[in-house]
Amino acid sequence: MKRLKILLQFTKKNLLRYFLAIIFSGIAVIFSIISPMVISFTVDSVIGDEPMDLPDWLMTRVSDFGGRDALRENIWILGLLFVLLTLLTGIFQYIKNRWFAISTENATKNIRDTLYDHLQHMEYHEHVKSQTGDLTQRCTADVETMRKFMANQVTQVGEILFTVVFTLIVMVGLNVELTLYSLAVVPFIFLVSVIFFTKVKKTFLEVEATDSELHATLQENLTGVRVVRAFGRQAYEIDRFKVKNENHREKVRKLNELLAWYWSMSDLLCMIQAMLVLFISVSWAASGRITLGTVILFITYIRNLIWPIRQLGRVISDMGQAFVAFDRIIEILDKPAEPKFTQGLTPEIKGNIVFENVSFQYPDGTNPLKDISFEVKQGQTVGILGPTGCGKSSLMHLLVRLFDYQKGSIKIDGYELKEIDKKWLRSHIGIVLQEPFLFSKTVLENIKLAKPDASMDEVERAAKIAAIHDTVISFEKGYETLVGERGVTLSGGQVQRVAIARTVLKNHPILIFDDSLSAVDMETDIMIRKALRERSKGVTTFIISHRINTLAQADFIVVLDKGRIVQMGTHDELVREEGLYSRIWAIQSSLEEGQEGEKNNE
Amino acid sequence: MNNTFQEEVFSKGVNIDLWKKFLRYAKPYRGKLIMLSIFMAMLAGFDAVIPLMQRYAIDNFIVAHTTSGTILFFAAYALVVIVQAIIVKVMISYAGYVETGICYDIRKDGFEHLQELSFSYYDTTPVGWMMSRLTSDIWRLGNTLSWGLVDFAWGLCMMVITSIVMLVLEWKLALLTFIVIPFLFLVSIYFQKRILLNHRDIRKTNSLITAAFNEGIQGVKTTKTLVREEGNLNDFMKLTKEMNRKSISAATFAAVYMPIVTLLGSIAASIVIWKGGNRLMIGTLSYGTLTAFISYAIQFFFPIRDMARIFTDLQSAQASAERIMSLLETKPDIVDNVEELEKNGLSDRKSWPKINGNIVFENVSFAYKTGEKVLENFNLSVKAGEKIALVGDTGAGKSTIVNLACRFYEPTGGRILIDGHDYTKMPLMWLHSNLGYVLQTPHLFSGTIRENILYGKLDATEEEIIRASKLVNLHDIVMKMEKGYDTPVGEGGSLLSTGEKQLVSFARAIIADPAIFVLDEATSSVDTETEHLIQGAIANILKNRTSFIIAHRLSTIRSADRILVIRDGRIIEEGTHQQLLARKGHYARLYTNQYTMQLEHGDISE
Repeated sequence: MKRLKILLQFTKKNLLRYFLAIIFSGIAVIFSIISPMVISFTVDSVIGDEPMDLPDWLMTRVSDFGGRDALRENIWILGLLFVLLTLLTGIFQYIKNRWFAISTENATKNIRDTLYDHLQHMEYHEHVKSQTGDLTQRCTADVETMRKFMANQVTQVGEILFTVVFTLIVMVGLNVELTLYSLAVVPFIFLVSVIFFTKVKKTFLEVEATDSELHATLQENLTGVRVVRAFGRQAYEIDRFKVKNENHREKVRKLNELLAWYWSMSDLLCMIQAMLVLFISVSWAASGRITLGTVILFITYIRNLIWPIRQLGRVISDMGQAFVAFDRIIEILDKPAEPKFTQGLTPEIKGNIVFENVSFQYPDGTNPLKDISFEVKQGQTVGILGPTGCGKSSLMHLLVRLFDYQKGSIKIDGYELKEIDKKWLRSHIGIVLQEPFLFSKTVLENIKLAKPDASMDEVERAAKIAAIHDTVISFEKGYETLVGERGVTLSGGQVQRVAIARTVLKNHPILIFDDSLSAVDMETDIMIRKALRERSKGVTTFIISHRINTLAQADFIVVLDKGRIVQMGTHDELVREEGLYSRIWAIQSSLEEGQEGEKNNE
Repeated sequence: MNNTFQEEVFSKGVNIDLWKKFLRYAKPYRGKLIMLSIFMAMLAGFDAVIPLMQRYAIDNFIVAHTTSGTILFFAAYALVVIVQAIIVKVMISYAGYVETGICYDIRKDGFEHLQELSFSYYDTTPVGWMMSRLTSDIWRLGNTLSWGLVDFAWGLCMMVITSIVMLVLEWKLALLTFIVIPFLFLVSIYFQKRILLNHRDIRKTNSLITAAFNEGIQGVKTTKTLVREEGNLNDFMKLTKEMNRKSISAATFAAVYMPIVTLLGSIAASIVIWKGGNRLMIGTLSYGTLTAFISYAIQFFFPIRDMARIFTDLQSAQASAERIMSLLETKPDIVDNVEELEKNGLSDRKSWPKINGNIVFENVSFAYKTGEKVLENFNLSVKAGEKIALVGDTGAGKSTIVNLACRFYEPTGGRILIDGHDYTKMPLMWLHSNLGYVLQTPHLFSGTIRENILYGKLDATEEEIIRASKLVNLHDIVMKMEKGYDTPVGEGGSLLSTGEKQLVSFARAIIADPAIFVLDEATSSVDTETEHLIQGAIANILKNRTSFIIAHRLSTIRSADRILVIRDGRIIEEGTHQQLLARKGHYARLYTNQYTMQLEHGDISE
């Protein structure tokens, strides 16, 4: 039921068209059933001497025209009629196919867009839990299975049912007994198909398994080529691959053999049914019980029964797949998402932040932050230092509400953070992530992500602050250079700098640099920080770094270890204090004095 | 270069030379292929005969008003039906057998060839490209060479036999109905080709959608922090809209095809009704012949559709064949000169000299095929047992130096001597069987831990495995696992932790007791305890071995006998850790910038 509800939601605007298409497919079937009647009528009542068994309205037309003799004179009219009926069948088939395509493709677009939108808004911790490959698989392969279900399976079943039912009605009207004979083998054809395609699924899965094993072995070999060569294991690999290759071949052959039996046996059944009808109808016609035209009709109509019913067996056994795929799609849509529209407060954000006994636990139970309390005033710069895994990044994740804290409170300009709308909040906080992600667009588009209407001037200014402008214009296509696989691969430091440019393009009251200069060399680091200081006066800034040098100019520095604040103060205070900060400072400064001592004698 | 990797290159015209080359793959199945053609001809014959039998039944029983002889007739009919079913069975079996056989053979050759190709090929060819050649392209080719032939033989025979039967029955009526055949052909070829192109176009858009999903998921953190959800959705909807438009227009296009074709068939049938009906009335045509002709007129379309499809399939198959051939015909750069080795008495493994591990780079230059120069007149002399650490920025040439030392590449100028032998004059295996190699991201093969360790020495005993594992601090970890050495590592080692993977790859490298060791150290961080184990393992491994380390860990660097600071393919500084720090040069700066972070953990916290 739930499936149906969601399916209706996707198809809503196209549902009418879809049903009309189903009706059209019925109309096309009716015309296709009528057209052989032209031939039987011609044979029996025009050329032959059987009475014309026509509905009254048609009979009067024929009589007006001049009856049998006139038709005999102008037999081309019947040929034309046959062509016209085929044309009508074709037109309705065309409209049906086109409308099916429009409605299913529209529904598919709906599913794709909904999934994409949902994934964008899905709670961040759900993303952390999921695997990219699995999600992508569901959004592509499973959606495709769904599309096929709507476009092919449902329509085929509909068409087959129309064909079978209408044909049977006509057949019964012609001759009840012969109709029964026509159905003698049909149930077996159906059963054999259903049973076969259900049973053969196991072999299909086996083939798929050997296929993916073959793939995996090949991929492992190709990606591990260095290991293979370094150990000189080519011969071993060839043997290994040979086994998989052989397995695959044998399994496909096994499946093929089963299919060979199925197709030949079901062919045999179908042909026996056709033969049975021929045999009986010919015998009856010879003794005058039925007309030649009826024989021709039955020979034609029997095909309307046997082949579609054989197909039906297959379609029905395939439908299970569509339900599995659909459930997998629904599973994604059921995962909690962030609100799409404003929900919560939208206060003016200036940048006064108060942390009060903040504790935070990840959904998997790990506990990165305990009892964090400190206060930041508008325009202050806070340095954060601590070993990997101490909770620095988690703290910043809380600020932009990628996660929500469980205990304590964070207030921005007096407003409780959890009550502020997520999008509103994020659009006021510029954060440069530790491992920023660039989209496979141009450099320009990547920088303009958060501010699509920025002028070229603004972009260049931001790029200059991030010390990436010179690098960009050195590319052949400058700002129009494509980033990523299809374009230029940027180094880690370059990616970080593009990310900085993208963040500083907008004026945020709060800025966070989450170890975002780690891959940039010292000189550039200093340059960027200097430019930033000029640009971001009055902006509350958080800087996470491993380099004391980077932190030293902060208004105060928070030292985290194992989720707790272990030290806090200005650089000068912390240097004098026994602790983590001074120990790191000692090592870094001794080295630096070594190399920079000559430059600036302190 | 990029063009080569495009998914589908459409080639025009038939490339006879290419198909000749692939003929040898069909050769082992010659017998079956000939039988198949015969079977298909028979099947076509039967298909063409059935309307004739109906004609016989109408004329001799119905019109003649007699049932005598029906039993015999239907016995013959039943026989035809049974033989037909048998042929269908054998035909599918044979065609499937040939298809899988051809795929297997080409795939086998392709894989074996890939094992010989040099690194220069792997460096410029995406793995996905190679995968597609050995999977989808081969499948398409095998499919066309087997089922394509089946359909072709059937279609051709069906057309020929039907035409002959019709001409023999009533040549005038036959010629009249043949009027529609050229139109059927033109329409079919046009539509089949366009349908194929449309599908290709849709596949391309589809892969863009897949990529967009991937990007949307991977970049979700960035999207959220930049509040880009709406912008991304708009971009995405442009794609799905395009897909929507293309799919609908392709479906619409395909929807026109069948009606047109059946219409053409009905025109032929109506000609039969008209002309045939007239002749029936004057008694020059029988009822049976009339109905048979109508059946033929409607049926004629099937073989034509099949032939048209085969022609378009053939074009894609040819493109596949071209790509497979380009892979099979790529020559490896580094190969043993068998004749020369034989002359020097080196063709037998037993006659290979033992490697001590003295390595000399003599005026070595190296440039990639693209012309990009990496090394020029590079000189380096490493004594047996010496530990060399290479440091420097990405792209400075560290990996090239190591790859040259391993003979994954050969110098484009100068030479490299191992124990005084120019290695290009020696068998490739001489060096490679004496090489221990550990990658930055360890690459394990799916299988058990034991199988992975054995990779380093296929005939190693259990004791050797345990000894190697103990040496690299792996044994205790393995013993704690439920299945011990039989624990599966998962695809790419995914069931093990990063640290465990490292240790397994160490054990694998050490078990063959190589004289030369290469270590591309991992930058990824592991927990302190594992880190400790890894450092211990590295120290054990490197003992008494000539080693090259592309180093990222401070402790490894500090323990090296010599540190080479590489920049732009040159050694700019050289010496021990202490010496280099004292110089206060490039190394000292690198040290401050990159390595003090590690101090926080290892040297300070404890």
